[in-house]
Order: sequence, then structure tokens, then C-alpha cells
Amino acid sequence: MVTTVEVLAPGMQTTVQDLGRPGYGHLGVSACGAADGLALRVGNLLAGNCEGAAALEMTLLGGRFRFHGAARCVLAGADFDCKLDGIPVKLWAPTDIRAGQTLAFGGAGTGARCYLCLGGGLLIEPVLGSCSTHIPSGIGGIDGRPLVKGDLLSIPAPADSPPPRPIRRAVLEKLRPASDILRVTAAAQTASFADESVSNLHSLPWTVQSDSSRMGVRLAGVALTAPLRGSMTTEGAPLGAIQVTPSGEPVILFVDHQTTGGYPKIACVIAADHWRIAQLRPRQTVRFDHVPFAEARRLLLEREALLRPEVLFG
Amino acid sequence: MSDSALRARFHGLPPIEAQTKVAGLFEAISAAKIAGLKNLHPAFTTLLVVYNPLAWTPVALVQRLEEARKRAGSGPAPRERVTVPVCVAAGFAPDLGEVAAGAGLTVERAVERFSSSVFHVAFLGFAPGFPYLLGLPPELATPRLARPRTHVRTGSVGIAGEQTGIYPAGTPGGWRIIGRTPLRLFDPKRVPMSLLLPGDEVRFEVIDERRYEELSQW
Repeated sequence: MVTTVEVLAPGMQTTVQDLGRPGYGHLGVSACGAADGLALRVGNLLAGNCEGAAALEMTLLGGRFRFHGAARCVLAGADFDCKLDGIPVKLWAPTDIRAGQTLAFGGAGTGARCYLCLGGGLLIEPVLGSCSTHIPSGIGGIDGRPLVKGDLLSIPAPADSPPPRPIRRAVLEKLRPASDILRVTAAAQTASFADESVSNLHSLPWTVQSDSSRMGVRLAGVALTAPLRGSMTTEGAPLGAIQVTPSGEPVILFVDHQTTGGYPKIACVIAADHWRIAQLRPRQTVRFDHVPFAEARRLLLEREALLRPEVLFG
Repeated sequence: MSDSALRARFHGLPPIEAQTKVAGLFEAISAAKIAGLKNLHPAFTTLLVVYNPLAWTPVALVQRLEEARKRAGSGPAPRERVTVPVCVAAGFAPDLGEVAAGAGLTVERAVERFSSSVFHVAFLGFAPGFPYLLGLPPELATPRLARPRTHVRTGSVGIAGEQTGIYPAGTPGGWRIIGRTPLRLFDPKRVPMSLLLPGDEVRFEVIDERRYEELSQW
């Protein structure tokens, strides 16, 4: 049994996302995936789904959705002031929706991205093993594009299952502490930068530019001096790498980033903090703290331990 | 290179040799089907290995990749030869005049130089199915446009410095466009998805507008 969700208003940029499309990087296909993968995973677990089920990712301004059948939803990530037929909906908890009800999201008060996870997950035909929408190449999700008014999304009719156990709020706070610090390791060309540029990156505040996107987060601050001007050979670039453009502007390569790049990389945001990049708001300031590689791995292992069901749920 | 990626680098080699080394390592690691690897990104002189840091420590992974390299045969699979038809008529090649002028050649002579050259696919990057080709005659090398175009037509063949590439989809881009192919470079529903693969040998065959329409796969 399948039911549908009708898009009454799409919001600023709402796309179908799961945990992404790894394995095709050598063909130039971006790994893509939810910007805040941590929120998507927790939201799905709370909805009784597998952690990588396809859900909707909303950015800064959410949409309005009419449910043609019953459903169970979980909102995860930033608070978008969501209401179900006028009644506020709690984040990080399952909410049962009846046929005919409308879920209406507002704007983000803090953070930038909110996930609407639905029980059973969105029924979307995967492309290269993933439902994630990659807008630049027009692949995945609904025709490779953000949602538009009138789109109909299919979801399985809810199983007659008890709601999953509630999340432990203390664990959630440990998983997603508020901070304006992104931790970074060294990157491929760090040693080519002047010491002053590296120390400026780590000691000065940076402002998120409003033309940032899922491809890259552009930062404004003191201009860094890009080394190797024009002489760097294009190479594969990892998620979270901070490239410095010839004009001295740092750009964090984000989930939709191109598979290769020719700008030198001064640092790389650690995997445990990738979700934080998703929640950066335009004009917000952010700082970078250097950590050694071993510490980056320890932080990720610590984070993953909190995601074990016996820890996450009460 | 990050807490989730390792980079192998072959530097100080002529471009084709470096490409062969990168392709060989790529093939060896792909064939070994190592669990916990997310993506492999071959490029001109490097191979970036993106892995799940929960599955591997960098030290253990380097050791495993070394094993895969030693166990692999004598290099990558034989190269395919692909002929790419390209229309250079007015409207298909907005930067051809400037590229020819920069080389001190007539347009006809520049096209002849281009279409008599043998190219090699170094790697695919930038966008799904976008090939970075080695083999451009040095006199045709032209810097990127100072201001990138907001839209480059699908199938456009472009030059950036000494590199040649083909746009698999309409995107913004700063490469000098010297022609357009009617072939579809990338289709996730097709086997193989990408018309060109690293190591392939590519020649360009000049076609007229009528032939372009006949072959058009868009």
C-alpha cells in the first residue's frame, strides 16, 4: 500500500536526499547525499527506518505538504517552526499524521537545514544506487531537481507498528553541541601555504557568504595568499577540503562538490564535523580549530558510539 | 589528505606515463574490491582514495592498498579507441577563431591540427562523464576565458591551457569552445554509463551541421 504527499509549496530549496552516491567518483559523479547526514540518520532511526532512507532536505525556508493518507514523520536538524494543521510539531520525535492534514514549515531560527523523515522512507527510484538529488548534474530525486509545487511523493502506508522509543535528550545534546567552531586537519597542499595564511585561517573569524550552496561554502575574511598560482595539477578533492581561490578566498567543498579541483587545499574539515557545515547560516561567523589526524578519528569513533541504538534511545 | 582520504602521487613523470601509473593503481584497487572504500578519484598524476574512517586506520589501509597493487597484473586494461565526431561550424565553436589566431594559424589549419591529433583520456572529473584529455598540439593551448560563460552547450569541446575536455551537460564553464559533438557522453541508464574511460584513445572527426543533426543523441 502506497500513499502520497503533495507539495503545496516547495520552500527555498527542498530536495530528496539519502546518504549519497559513493562508488562512481572515477566517472566524475559527485558522492552527494544529505548535507547534515547526522540529522538524517537520527531522524530516520526515530521514524523506525534504516538510517539511510530517503527523506526531504529543506534549506533555510521550508515547504508545505499535504498528506493524502496517514503517515508518521520525524523532523530532524534545524528548527523550522513546523506546524501540523496549526499545531506546533516537536523536533526529534515521531508525529503521527492523519489523511488530509497539512505540514507547514517556516524559516530556520538557528541552523540552516531540516529533514522531513517519513516512516518507511520516500519511494524514489534510485540512480546509481542512491535517491539523492544532485542538482548540478540533474541526477536522482525527482528528475534531478529541487521539489516544485504540485510534485507528488510516494510513501508506504504506515505499518501498524508502535512508535519507536524516544531519543535520550542528553545524548542528542552530546551529538550536536552548539558551536561556531569547525575542526580541521591538514590537507594536501597545507605545507605549500605561507605560515601566515595557515595561522590566519586558524586564528581569525570567517563569515559565511550568502552565495554558498551544497557544492561549496564560500567564506569571507582576510585574504589568504594562495600558493602554486596556476601551477597546481588538478586532482581529486575530498569532502570538507578548504580550497583557496586565486583571489585568496577559502571555499569549503561540500556534499555536491566536483570530484576534482585545481585550487590548493589549506585544510580539511573533519568527518565528525561535516554536519555542522550543513547548519551554517549566511553571514554567520565560523572559526577553525586544528586537530591531528588521530584526534579526528577519535572524535568520529566517539560520535558513532553515541549513535548505537542502546545509547541513543531511552 | 583529510581524515577520510589518502592520496597516491606519481610526479616527475611525462604526462602519459603518469596517467598509465595512476590508471594501473586505480584498476588494481578496483579489482581488489576492498570493503570500506567510498570513492576512487584518478587524476593527472594522483589517485585519491576516499574511505570510511570507521573501517580503516590510514596505516592499515596503506598496507592493504600496497598489497592490492602488488597482486595486480601488468597495468590497466587495453585502451579503447574512440572517434568523437565534432562540428566546428559557426555557432558550434564560439572560441575557435581566437584559438586559431593565438596559434598564428587559419581556422582551417587549426581544425586540421586538432583533428589529426591523438588524445588520451587522463581521467573523468568536474561533472559526470567529463573527460580531461591529454594530447592537444601545444600551439593550440589557450588559457581559460577571463569570465566564464554562464551556460556552455551540452557536447561542447573545450580547451583550457593544454587540456581538452568535453561538456557532458550544459553547465557554466570557462573553457574555450572550439566545437560540439552530437554524442551523449554520460547516461546513468546506459552500459557503460560513460562514453569515455580513463586511458581511452580519442580522435576527433570533423562533421558538418547536417551530420551533427543525424547523429544527435540529445
